[in-house]
Amino acid sequence: MTQIELRGVQKYFGAVQVIKDLNLKIDDNEFIVLLGQSGCGKTTTLRAIAGLETIDGGDILIDGKPVQHLKAADRDIAMVFQSFSLYPHMSVYENVAFPLRATRKSRAEIDSEVRSVAKTLQITDLLEKKPSALSGGDMQRVAIGRALVRRPKAMLMDEPIGALDAKLREEMRAEIKRLHIKQGSTSIYVTHDQIEAMSLADRIVIMHEGVLQQVGSPDEVYSHPANLFVAQFVGSPVMNVAEASVTEKAASASVTVGGAAAGFEFPRALLSKLNGHASGQLALGIRPEGVIVRREAAEGFLPVETKIVEPLGSFDIVDLMVGSKMLRARTKSGFVSGPGEKVFARIDPAQAHFFDTASGRSLGVRL
Amino acid sequence: MAAVRTSSEIGFNRVAIVAVLVVTIIFLAPIYWIASTAFKPRNLATTIPPTVVFQPEISPFVKLFTKRSQLRSPPTPEEYAAAPWWERVVFNGGEKIVRDGKGRVQWSGYPSRFMNSLIVAITSTILAVGMGTFTAYGFSRFRVKGEADLLFFILSTRMLPPVVVAIPMFLMYRAVGLNDSHLGLIILYTAFNLSFSVWLMKGFMDEIPKEYEEAALVDGYTRMEAFFKIVLPEAATGIAATAVFCFITAWNEYAFALIMTNRRAQTAPPFIPSQVGAGLPDWTVIAAGTFLFLLPVAIFTFLLRNHLLRGMSFGAIRK
Repeated sequence: MTQIELRGVQKYFGAVQVIKDLNLKIDDNEFIVLLGQSGCGKTTTLRAIAGLETIDGGDILIDGKPVQHLKAADRDIAMVFQSFSLYPHMSVYENVAFPLRATRKSRAEIDSEVRSVAKTLQITDLLEKKPSALSGGDMQRVAIGRALVRRPKAMLMDEPIGALDAKLREEMRAEIKRLHIKQGSTSIYVTHDQIEAMSLADRIVIMHEGVLQQVGSPDEVYSHPANLFVAQFVGSPVMNVAEASVTEKAASASVTVGGAAAGFEFPRALLSKLNGHASGQLALGIRPEGVIVRREAAEGFLPVETKIVEPLGSFDIVDLMVGSKMLRARTKSGFVSGPGEKVFARIDPAQAHFFDTASGRSLGVRL
Repeated sequence: MAAVRTSSEIGFNRVAIVAVLVVTIIFLAPIYWIASTAFKPRNLATTIPPTVVFQPEISPFVKLFTKRSQLRSPPTPEEYAAAPWWERVVFNGGEKIVRDGKGRVQWSGYPSRFMNSLIVAITSTILAVGMGTFTAYGFSRFRVKGEADLLFFILSTRMLPPVVVAIPMFLMYRAVGLNDSHLGLIILYTAFNLSFSVWLMKGFMDEIPKEYEEAALVDGYTRMEAFFKIVLPEAATGIAATAVFCFITAWNEYAFALIMTNRRAQTAPPFIPSQVGAGLPDWTVIAAGTFLFLLPVAIFTFLLRNHLLRGMSFGAIRK
C-alpha cells in the first residue's frame, strides 16, 4: 500500500524554475505516466521523488509522511534509468542481488529472491553473464529485475525503453504492462512518447515548462484535452487547430475556418455553449478522424481540394485545403487517389473541441 | 571490401612494419646495452668495438651487493677452494669480499638504497593516487565553488621545474628535520604527483556515468558505499594508469633525492652514479645496479597491463 503525494513542489536550477507548484496524488498500485517534451521537468520530478534531486519548496509525501529530507537510500523506492545503469563489473546475478546486499538478508534468502525475480523476467539463463554481453532488451529486463527484487514501495522509471529500437520498444511496452498487472506496485513512468503513455498509464500527467497541464486517464486526456498544448501533444497524427469564427445560420450554427467562403455546419446548441466566445479568440480543434470526407456532395459537406496524401498502411492522412487553412483528415487507405482531387468534407460536431486562443484553455464544449 | 587489399595497401603495411621495427630497436638498444653490460666480465665491458658475444657472468651482481677490496696477491689454492662459488667469481676479477671480525660478509650500500626507493615510491604512489582519486571524485560529482580556478591552481604547481624550489625546500626541510628521511621524500613526491593524479583521475571520473552511483543510492547504499562498491571498480583502469605514472616519477626522481638525502633515506638513483667515482669505475657493477633498478617499474607495468589496455566503458550504459 503506497501512496505518493506531491504538494506545491518547486524546483529551481539556478534562476530557472523547472518545477512550478506541482500538486499530484498517486494512489496505491496506480501506474502514472509523466508525459511531456524534453526539458518540461518530468525527469526532475521523478528524480525528486527518488531523492536524487533536492526540492526548493513544497512536500513530497510517501504514505502520508514527508520524505523530502530523507536520503534516496531511506525512501525505499526503486528506479530504472534510461541508460539502464547496470554495473559493468558485476554479473547479472550480482547486479540483481546488489540492492538486497544493502539489507541484512542472508545469502540463501538473497539467492532465492534473485532467482524468483529472474524467473518472472525470464532472465535465469543470463544470470552468469556480464551486462556487456546482453542485448538491449535483456539489459532492460535486468534493470527492471534489479528494481523489483527489493519489493520497493514504488517503482520509478525514467524513459526505460527510450534507448531501444522501435520493434523492441513495442515488445517491452507490453511486457512492462504485463508485469505491472502481475506484480502490482505503485509506478511512475516518465516518457516523451505519447503512444507509450497512452498504452501504459492508468492516469497520464502532462507537463509543459514545469507546469502540470492535465491529469487524467488516457481516454480523458485524448477526448477531453484541457488546453491547446495537451490537445496537440497527445494523439498522432496531431489534432488540427484553426482559428474559427462562429455565426448563426437559420436552424444551425456555422463554424468558418481559414477565411473560407462557407462554414461547417454545427448544431445550434453550440452558440449557447460557447457563451459569448463566438467572435474572435476562438480556435477549433478537430482530430483527423473527426474530419469526414466524401466523394459526392451532400447536405452539410463543404467542397475542398486535397493537397497531400500520406498512406500509412491501415489508413491515409489527407491534407485538405479549407480557405487558407490546411485540415488533415483520416480516410480509408486509397480513398483519395492523389493531390488535386475535389472532395467534400464535414466536421463531426461530437469530436470538435473549442479553445480560447488567449489562454489556450478548452472551453469544454461537448456536442 | 575489407578482405580485399590493394597492392599499395600491402606496400604501405610493409613500410609501416619496417618503421615500427626500427623505432623499437632504437628504444630497446639502451636496455640491451645495460642488460648485456651487467653480465659481462669487467675487462670486456669497455672494449672497442663492443663485445657482443661473451660468456655471461654473475660477478657484477655479487660485487653490487657486497663490499670489496683489491687483492694484493692472488688467493692461495686453499683459500680459493674454501670460498663459496660467488666469492670465487670475485677472486677471478682480482678483488675480495670484505668481511667483519666474525667473518660475516659486508653488504654494500645498494640493497638499503633499493629498499629506500621501494618504500618511498610505493608509499608516495599510494598517497598521491588515493588523495587524487578522492579529490577528482569531488570535483567531478559535486558543484564546487570556483571549481575551474581550484583545478587551475592545482595544476599550476607543475608550471615550473621542481628543481627551482630545491634550495628553499632543502632549507625548510633542514629546519623541520625532514632532510634525509623517508617521510620527507614521501611528502615531496606525493606533492609532485598529486596535481597530476587529480587531473588524470578527474578525466577518468568524468567518464564514469553518474547514473551508476545514483542507481546504487536508490538501491539503498550511502554515497561512500556507492563510491567504494561502484565507482572504484569502474575507475580501476584510470587508477592503474595514474599509479604507473606516479610510480615511475617517484622511482626515477634524481635531483631532490640527491639534495635531500645522503645516507639513511637515500634512494637508488643518486647512489648508482656515486659509485662511478669510487676508484676506477667498474661499469659492469653500475650496469648491474641500473638493470635491477629497471625491474620494479617493468614488473609493475606488466602486472597492470590489462588495466592499462582495457577500454574504459564496455557497453553496459546505452547512450
